[in-house]
Parts: sequence; C-alpha cells; structure tokens
Amino acid sequence: MPQLSRATTVRAVRLTLVLVLVLAGVAAAQSRLDTVMERGRLICGVNAVNPGFGFLDEATGNYSGFDTDYCRAVAAALFDDPTAVEFVPLTGGVRFSAIQTGEVDVVFRNTTHTLTRDSENAVDFLPVNFHDGQGVMVRADLGVTSVLELEGATVCTNQGSTTEANWTDFVRNQGWQGGQLLTFEDLARTFAAFHGGRCDAITSDKSQLVGVRASVDDADAYVILPESLSKEPLAGFTFQNDSTWHGALTWIVHALVQAEESGITSQNIDSFLDSDDVAIRRFLGTEGSLGAEFGLPTGFAARVIRHVGNYGEVYERHFGEGSPFPIPRAGTLNDLHSRGGLMFAPPFR
Amino acid sequence: MGSARPGGVARPPSGRRGGTDDGTVSVTSVPFWRDVKKLGLLAQVAAAVLALGLTAFLVVTAFRGMVARGIPFTFAFLGAEAGFTISEGSLLAIEDGRLVWRPFRPTDTYLAAFVTGLMNTLRVAVIGIVVATSLGVFVGVGRLAKNGLLSSLSFAYVELVRNTPLLLQMFFWYFAVFLNLPAAREAAAWYGGLIVSNQGAFLPWPRVTGSLGPFLLVLVLAAVAAVVGHRWGRATARGGLFGLVGFFVVAAAGIAVVGLPFTLSYPEMGRFRIAGGTTLSPEFAAVLLSLVIYTAAFVAEVIRGAIQSLHAGQTEAARALGLTYGQTMRLVVLPQAVRIAIPPIGNLHLSLMKNTSLAVAVGYPDLFNVYRTIGNQSGRSLEGVVIVMIVYLALSLLISGAINAYNRRVMRTWGG
Repeated sequence: MPQLSRATTVRAVRLTLVLVLVLAGVAAAQSRLDTVMERGRLICGVNAVNPGFGFLDEATGNYSGFDTDYCRAVAAALFDDPTAVEFVPLTGGVRFSAIQTGEVDVVFRNTTHTLTRDSENAVDFLPVNFHDGQGVMVRADLGVTSVLELEGATVCTNQGSTTEANWTDFVRNQGWQGGQLLTFEDLARTFAAFHGGRCDAITSDKSQLVGVRASVDDADAYVILPESLSKEPLAGFTFQNDSTWHGALTWIVHALVQAEESGITSQNIDSFLDSDDVAIRRFLGTEGSLGAEFGLPTGFAARVIRHVGNYGEVYERHFGEGSPFPIPRAGTLNDLHSRGGLMFAPPFR
Repeated sequence: MGSARPGGVARPPSGRRGGTDDGTVSVTSVPFWRDVKKLGLLAQVAAAVLALGLTAFLVVTAFRGMVARGIPFTFAFLGAEAGFTISEGSLLAIEDGRLVWRPFRPTDTYLAAFVTGLMNTLRVAVIGIVVATSLGVFVGVGRLAKNGLLSSLSFAYVELVRNTPLLLQMFFWYFAVFLNLPAAREAAAWYGGLIVSNQGAFLPWPRVTGSLGPFLLVLVLAAVAAVVGHRWGRATARGGLFGLVGFFVVAAAGIAVVGLPFTLSYPEMGRFRIAGGTTLSPEFAAVLLSLVIYTAAFVAEVIRGAIQSLHAGQTEAARALGLTYGQTMRLVVLPQAVRIAIPPIGNLHLSLMKNTSLAVAVGYPDLFNVYRTIGNQSGRSLEGVVIVMIVYLALSLLISGAINAYNRRVMRTWGG
C-alpha cells in the first residue's frame, strides 16, 4: 500500500512538472552532456516495479536490475563513479513526457523501439540492449496451452505499452469477439488484478512475465504460453536533436557489447590495459582519446567495464542461471552476433 | 482614513468636495493618487496586464521550448485511428446515416476515444453525485438523531471515511473487496440470473427482440392517459393518484394487445467470460462506491452544520405545535438548512467530478485514464492534457452554473 500511494504522488508531481517545465521552456543552447557534467550526477528514468529490469527494494531504497545497471554504466563512464545516479521511477504512461520536459537525462525503462515512438514522442532511441517478445501468462488451472485458445478472454496489461496495441491487433487479426482488455498503470497493479482473478490472462514482454511470476509464492499456479506475439526490441532513449548527448550515450551502450566481444570483463580488465592489440588499447583509452569529440572522458569504456562489467556480465547478474529470474541467453537474439544473436557493436575507432 | 475601504464600499468623494445645500457643487480636482476610484481602476488594470503578460510569457516560452526540442504541437492526431481498445464504455456515433449508441472499437479515432472516456467519466460522476448527496443527507440528519445507535453509527462513518485518503479507499474497494469475490465460474447465480463475481456483477437485462414501434405507441398513449387522469383528478378534487392509475391501466391494456418487444437475456457462463445480460464491472463499482462513500461523509457534515446553524427555537416551536419529528425535519428544518447547504454541497459535487480522475488507479477507463493511453500511443501528451483540462473545466463550470441557478431559485422561493 505505501508503494501505491507514493506512486500516485509521484504521478501527480510529474504531471505538474509536465506542464511547468514545458511551460518554463528549457532553452536547449548547450548539450545535455554539459549539464550532466556540471551537475556531477546522472538523473536516470527507470522502472521501479519490474523485477529483473528495474526494481525498487522498498526496505533498502536501492534500485536493482538490468536497466538500472545501464544508468550506472553511464555514470561510471562520465564520473568514474557508478553511484553518481539519481533514479527516477517512471510508469509506462509518463516515461516519454519525462524526457520531453527534461525531468530526466535519459530513460532506461524496458521500452520498445517503434516507428511511432521515434517520430511522435520527440525522443531518440539508443541501441537495443534487450530483445524481447510479447508473451501471455495464464492460470495453470485454466488448462490453456496456446494463445489461440484465448478467444473471449479478459486480458490485463500495462497502460501505454506496445503490448496494449499489439494485443488489440492480434484480436482483430484473429477476428475474435467478446474479449476484453483491461489496462493498469504499472506491472505491479496489472499483476495484482490478474492475481486477484479479474483477468484470465496477463500479457506483457516475456521477460516481465518471468519477473513477476518468480516474485510470487504460488509461481507454479501460472504458465507462460509458448508463443511470442511480437518482437520487442527494448532500448533506452533520450532527447531528440541533441546529437552530442545521444552519441555519447550510444557509444556507452555499445561499449558493454564491445567489451564482451573482446573478452574483457570487470575481473580481467587490468590485464588488457597494455594489450598488444592496438584496437583494444584504443578502446580502453590507454592509446588515443576515443570519444573526446562527444565530450566523453578518455578511457570511458574502461570505467564502464571496471564498475559495471560487460554485456554478458550484466545479463548474467540479472537473468543468469543463479539469478531469481533466469532467462536463457545462449542462441537467442540477446547472444553476441558471433554466436548467432543480434548483439553487435560497431567498430570503436 | 476609515472611509477608504477597498472596493469603494464607503462611497469615496471622488472629484467633488463640499456640496452645498442649494444644490450647486463646487468641483475641485483631486490628485489621482488620492482618488480611490481611479486607484482602484489602476490596480485592476495593472493586475490584468500582469496576469495576461504572465500567461503570454508562459505560452510563448512553452512553444519556444517545444520548437527547440523539435516537439510539434498539433491536434491532427485526433482524426487518426486509435488502434487500442477500451475495456468498457460506449459513444454516440453515426453509422449508415443513423445515430447509434455503441461500444468503442479499435478502428475508431482518437477523438472517439476521448469521447468514450468522457462518457465513462459522466456515467460515474452523475450517478455518484445523485447517490452521494442522498446518502449524505441521510447520514447528516442521522448524526443529529436522538437515537443513540443511529447517531453514533453516523458519527463513526463520517470520521472513518473523512479522515482516510480517497485513493486508499478506492484501492480497498477494488483490490480487497471486489477482487476477492468468488471467481465467475464458482459464483452462484442468485434469483435465477444475478451473478456476483470478481469479474463483475451480471444481471438479466431486457434485449430488444421485437418491433419497437407499437410498444412506443402504447407508452405515448399511457402518458396521455396519465396527463388526462391527473387533470381530471385535480379538477374533481379527488386527489392526484388518477394520473398514475391511468398510466398503468392503459399501459397494461396496450401491452396485453401488442405484447412486449423484449426478452430477458440471462447471463451465462462461457469458456472465459459470462455472456448475456448486462455487466457492472468491478472497476466501475469500485470507483462509484468509493466516490459515493467518501463524498457522502462530507455532504453529511455540511448538512449537519446547516441544521445546527438554525436556531434551536425553530425545532422547539415546531414540536410545540404538535409536529412529529419527521414533519419538523421535512417542513421546518430541512427547507431552511438547504439554503445554507447548497453552495458548499455544490463544491462537493465539483470535487466528486474531479476525483473521478483517480479511477486510473483501478483501471476504470475514465477521461483521464483514456487520455493517458492516448498520450502514450500517439505521443501527443501535451495536446491531450490541454484537451483534458478544457473538458474538466467545462464540466466544472457546468456543475457550478447549475448549482448557482438552483441556489438562485431556492433563494427566490424561500427568500434570502
């Protein structure tokens, strides 16, 4: 309960901000990168209720998750300090306004990159950091084994999500009648309604379903159906028309993948600093000043790897075998391109 | 000094000084900084310029900020296809040249989605205002009742409800009460058709199966009979019940001849959902119930305050004349209390209407909830917020206008 009322307060404050800040009109004379460097810390929009991606531990006040580690990676690159982050919890409904108004510097909040969002929301997306697909979870005792059996079902999902529109498309394509789609503010409430029996099924990105399923005591009472309804390439995003800031963020995101390609981890990075390979020395900043044109400090990639790790390490930490929400990676789209996946970094030179 | 009250109440001696008995006035000019009227005017002009300037500044900077960020400001999206569904609610639409009342469809426009949200807001606000006011009057009178049980129950209700946040109550009703009702397939069907489950309440509902024309004709005839009966009853001083009698006699006879064009549709359990009949969704029920219960507590306090502000002698005199408690309330106390209570109750109606926007918390698709989906799916958040603000403003002005009109009528009828 306290979490819910706080979320509402936050929402109310943010709605006010949408108006006040837009009305106050922030002059975009300098790049956001300068603003962030002057401020000395990053303001990062994240999910607070999605275990695995972004989750606020109410007891300790700490944020944890795959996406929140990307915020830490940016802070590490800019300030050599992964803790120089102020996390701002965002619901799906307000994440774009938070960027439009300049409330946050960047958003890493399991957000699907789509054409409409690129064009209409006045944001620019960063490289995809997680390839997801829309899934459907049902109560096991319903006896449903395929999404195709769900004609007429009541389905719950998150408001303002691509899944909301995808499910509508899916139902239209199937020509189904009599079903109902209920939307809630965030995953916590959507799942509460599903858990309470209001809906027969819940639909969201599969990784999210894995997360919420693992967070309840009666996990076995729910099954995630095998089908994927859509491709959901999840990516961070930031302001439109600020190519310096966008470029800096883009290459910080690429750095995590490049590190894994080169086999550099947070543990063995010191042995690479004086590598025989010029490309690696350049990547880690021991030679040249890669990224300086963006205003990035020399050796930003080394800072990211040292503090946060490479892509594989971050993935393993949050979705690996030993994690609370295991999502297999080998052979999926999230594997490196060299192993048949889609994770790829353009050359650092 | 003492006469220079703001607003010119004390008739400032503007521009004239020293009138004489024979009617001639010696006009001497007063410097404008000592002229209350001119100063007042000046202050108003200054305030207006300041307010307009501030608004203009905010609007201009908003647009400059949006241009700098490359955010367009356009309402063109309203005509585009929405592509999402709304869980409940209908809208007026034109189909094949006919005006129909039908549920929202994903192929409708964003504008239609806004209208559907507005309809849902109105549905919950109008019912809520009527029920909350009636309940509040009962509780308010109950608080002053001689009956100890009734007055302490009313007291407990008011204090409990008034002192907890509305949002919390909404969560309570939705997640703790309605979602804990039995699941649809386990719920018992009462009275042959009423099913109350955590997917909503389902009840039998008439569905048009025959031709509506003859039935409507019968209704018109019955209405005519009602008017004639009423007039006749009044004219012959036999009482006003004849209108009612006339209506039912004619209606019953007519229906016996043409038959009812309706059949009752009963809710039946399908694979997932209950089909047939009509549905009251748990979201709607939670929003309505929490708004009614919350607002009624405030109405009760207003009513209690209004009654207590009347002189005790009113009640005592009425009772001394032999009126019963009920008669005293109905004929003496409440008519006077209503005059005092109308303006504050109008405010409560306004806040109930605006509080419907909390419905987003439990997934009821009211205007604000639908706006959030629209803003996110279309990317036109700011435009959406402008629309929503204008609509809420219009609704508020409508309600306060209605209350003011009613207030004036009451004042005329019973004196001010």
